[in-house]
Amino acid sequence: MSQLETFYEVMRRQGITRRSFLKYCSLTAAALGLGPAFAPRIANAMETKERTPVLWLHGLECTCCSESFIRSAHPLVKDVVLSMISLDYDDTLMASAGHQAEAILEETMQKYKGKYILAVEGNPPLNEDGMFCIVGGKPFLDQLKHAAKDAAAIIAWGSCASWGCVQAARPNPTQAVPIHKVIKDKPIIKVPGCPPIAEVMTGVITYMLTFGKVPELDRQGRPKMFYSQRIHDKCYRRPHFDAGQFVEQWDDEGARKGYCLYKVGCKGPTTYNACSTVRWNEGTSFPIQAGHGCIGCSEDGFWDKGSFYDRLTDINQFGIESNADEVGTAVAGGVGAAIAAHAAVSAVKRAQHKGEQE
Amino acid sequence: MNTPLNSKLLDSSGRRIVVDPVTRIEGHMRCEVNVDDNNIIRNAVSTGTMWRGLEVILKGRDPRDAWAFVERICGVCTGCHALTSVRAVEDALGIDIPLNAHLIRHLMDKTLNIHDHVVHFYHLHALDWVNPVNALKADPKATSALQQKISSSHPLSSPGYFRDVQTRIKKFIESGQLGLFANGYWSNPAYKLPPEADLMAVAHYLEALDMQKEIVKIHTIFGGKNPHPNFMVGGVPCAINLDGTGSSGAPVNMTSLNFVLERIREAEAFIKNVYIPDVIAIATLYKDWLYGGGLAASNVLSYGTHTVVPGDKSTDLIPAGAIINGNWDEIHPVDVRNPDEIQEFVDHSWYQYANGAKGLHPWDGETEAKFELGPNFKGTKTNIKELDESAKYSWIKSPRWKGHAMEVGPLSRYIVAYASGKEYVQEQVDRSLSAFNQATGMDLGLKQFLPSTLGRTLARALDSELCVDSMLDDWHQLVNNIKNGDTSTANVEKWDPKTWPKEAKGVGTNEAPRGALGHWIKIKDGKIENYQAVVPTTWNGSPRDSEGNIGAFEASLLNTPMERPDEPVEILRTLHSFDPCLACSTHVMSEDGQELTKVKIR
Repeated sequence: MSQLETFYEVMRRQGITRRSFLKYCSLTAAALGLGPAFAPRIANAMETKERTPVLWLHGLECTCCSESFIRSAHPLVKDVVLSMISLDYDDTLMASAGHQAEAILEETMQKYKGKYILAVEGNPPLNEDGMFCIVGGKPFLDQLKHAAKDAAAIIAWGSCASWGCVQAARPNPTQAVPIHKVIKDKPIIKVPGCPPIAEVMTGVITYMLTFGKVPELDRQGRPKMFYSQRIHDKCYRRPHFDAGQFVEQWDDEGARKGYCLYKVGCKGPTTYNACSTVRWNEGTSFPIQAGHGCIGCSEDGFWDKGSFYDRLTDINQFGIESNADEVGTAVAGGVGAAIAAHAAVSAVKRAQHKGEQE
Repeated sequence: MNTPLNSKLLDSSGRRIVVDPVTRIEGHMRCEVNVDDNNIIRNAVSTGTMWRGLEVILKGRDPRDAWAFVERICGVCTGCHALTSVRAVEDALGIDIPLNAHLIRHLMDKTLNIHDHVVHFYHLHALDWVNPVNALKADPKATSALQQKISSSHPLSSPGYFRDVQTRIKKFIESGQLGLFANGYWSNPAYKLPPEADLMAVAHYLEALDMQKEIVKIHTIFGGKNPHPNFMVGGVPCAINLDGTGSSGAPVNMTSLNFVLERIREAEAFIKNVYIPDVIAIATLYKDWLYGGGLAASNVLSYGTHTVVPGDKSTDLIPAGAIINGNWDEIHPVDVRNPDEIQEFVDHSWYQYANGAKGLHPWDGETEAKFELGPNFKGTKTNIKELDESAKYSWIKSPRWKGHAMEVGPLSRYIVAYASGKEYVQEQVDRSLSAFNQATGMDLGLKQFLPSTLGRTLARALDSELCVDSMLDDWHQLVNNIKNGDTSTANVEKWDPKTWPKEAKGVGTNEAPRGALGHWIKIKDGKIENYQAVVPTTWNGSPRDSEGNIGAFEASLLNTPMERPDEPVEILRTLHSFDPCLACSTHVMSEDGQELTKVKIR
């Protein structure tokens, strides 16, 4: 029986009642911020769509994106993997290895040509002919380009695939590059963060399966549904920023009262992500709530913007809006002095490196 | 006396089997073995196939930022590198942290160990023992009886429950889209569980997926997120405010402490009622498969962990020590600062040392990439068919302790703890062995049972129990300390780099989920001058050294029979018992990074 089933059929056959199914659709609509009116549309989509094959590749990375993904609470990752998508290739979780694993990649690519989703965690190194990351005896770069060729859509999970992340921090010894540098003929949905929030990851996938389209993206390719506002914009400590109440030093009176962390380096004002709204691990908390400033892990090049404890410059305390919009670009230049301390990197190399990235 | 095997004694004349990628691990790895005419592995070659150069990237940066960089070494053992890093910096600068910070770090570290072990066993390792396809043949009633027999306290044990799980799996398999289970080795006779045990294990695979997302919420409370929670030099960033103004918005308050306690209790129930009984049940049903001991039967190393009294290593719940040649009667002290003890060699790694140096202590670690394939390798540079292990063959270096190859990990630390007379550990191990012997009618001794693939997997489960039990102690101690009026979480006396000496060096150690982890740092003028991490998978996955000493992965595969050499079930089973983490294991690089030696194919 190789006929594809719809998500609804799978759920029903697992003994889930229609009522529970509709409740699930309402929750999904709420999780996506779509309101109750969208629940019937989600239900309809799930009743008529097939399970979409997903190929999940791993380049140079730390697997934090996969780990985050399996933390998803709504939907639960077991429901995603058993019922919503067909996770045909994922070397972190798949049963088979070696040539049996590689065979699956080819099989799915042929059988579902133009219909599978390619999800990429990590990125390809270009130095040493790509041999800083080897899969099946060959450069990961080859596998990536090969799998991208016939994908319906490409998702760049996390900051590695989206921006380069830690291995691409100066001096980027392996010349690791974000995937859009090597896949140039297809749109890429960037879901940055180190890692991205679990429900953001499953939210993006659920949206695509439900509505049959790519979510609306910003100019940099990030879904607006999660990345259109700064953490600062919705931070529960924002009133303390506006009132001029700051943590001046760790564990001081302000830290205990939950004052704003801006002065101890919080990058919330320049970081686009959903941490202060969706929060982490089923809404349990998020970095600022736990007392440490945001380190800006969903932003391009966040490793090279000075110390995580350096205070952002160029932010006005009051009437922030007009100024903070410029912050994202201003900061990159503003922290040049701090970066100058990177004695190991010569100015020449830096210039070369910059040239390579552009 | 149990001397480890030397590479000179290996027979590589038989058929060569290549497994690449090795899946269900962190990162990228390749394994090649030679099997003889009876399909017994006589030579094994393990290769780290990725490299990122994080330590080079750290040079010149603020030491207070290092934890965040090195935390990204690995998102699976998330937090353990960050913790080891702040310890190294604090060691270098002479910073003592408050007791509350010490306890909160303990809670985070143990949370990580438990999470890592559970996900490893159920989601990475289980499919080496468990056949989900065979679960379809199970009788749900018999499965229920089995569940109640091995663990009467676990509530999810009714026939109806197992019937539902079975139905779900049946429909999934019948859909024809097998997803993660596709191309598995489900007809291989290496799978030996009866259908009921397979069904029970599949149910627990799904339960563990639910459980793992709960335990990590302890990281979210104290570190703001998981994976990759936040740490801080000098203490922890989560301030405590139990009943003052702003308490409800403070990181640590009454509700978050209650929340943490609930997560610990849930984990305790899962570990004691599901995880440990499952491992013992599987061991019992695989009683004749006692392969995979390798180096564990002779050389094991632990740095010690879970220090009860801050700064006093003699209060470690798991002690430090090294055992050589299987002599459990002698525990050698380990000094991570001594330049003659821990050294890294690169004879068979894709690096080279200047000035013909042999082994280098991490503080003096000096490396340069040299990607070079040996004279007998097959293929091309970018399409490797077979590696030549007589030359360089891995991105992993070879750390050695006083010249010895050492196995590290939960099994190693459990052997050291047992041999050191730690009563808690002895009770756990004796209890498990006695349950095994009773169920199988066998009479195995400790040294027959523990150094094996199954022993490695059991040690990880027992380690989880030790962690969760001691987390309850930590939690109560934290609350008592707060009750006594101490709410301090950070020591900021040396936060400002102006207070630092011109030069300093330090080392931080830990027993990470996969074993002995050390970070060595040199600080100069307020910046990182040199940073080296020697991580568990570097020890275990190391290639051979100049003396021919074999690393733990390779040693563990030797003499294992394979049912079907084309289906690497046995190789995966034993490699997975180490929980390999390749992103962790592969590191250093030339000073400038960009100047890479070109490949030479001789």
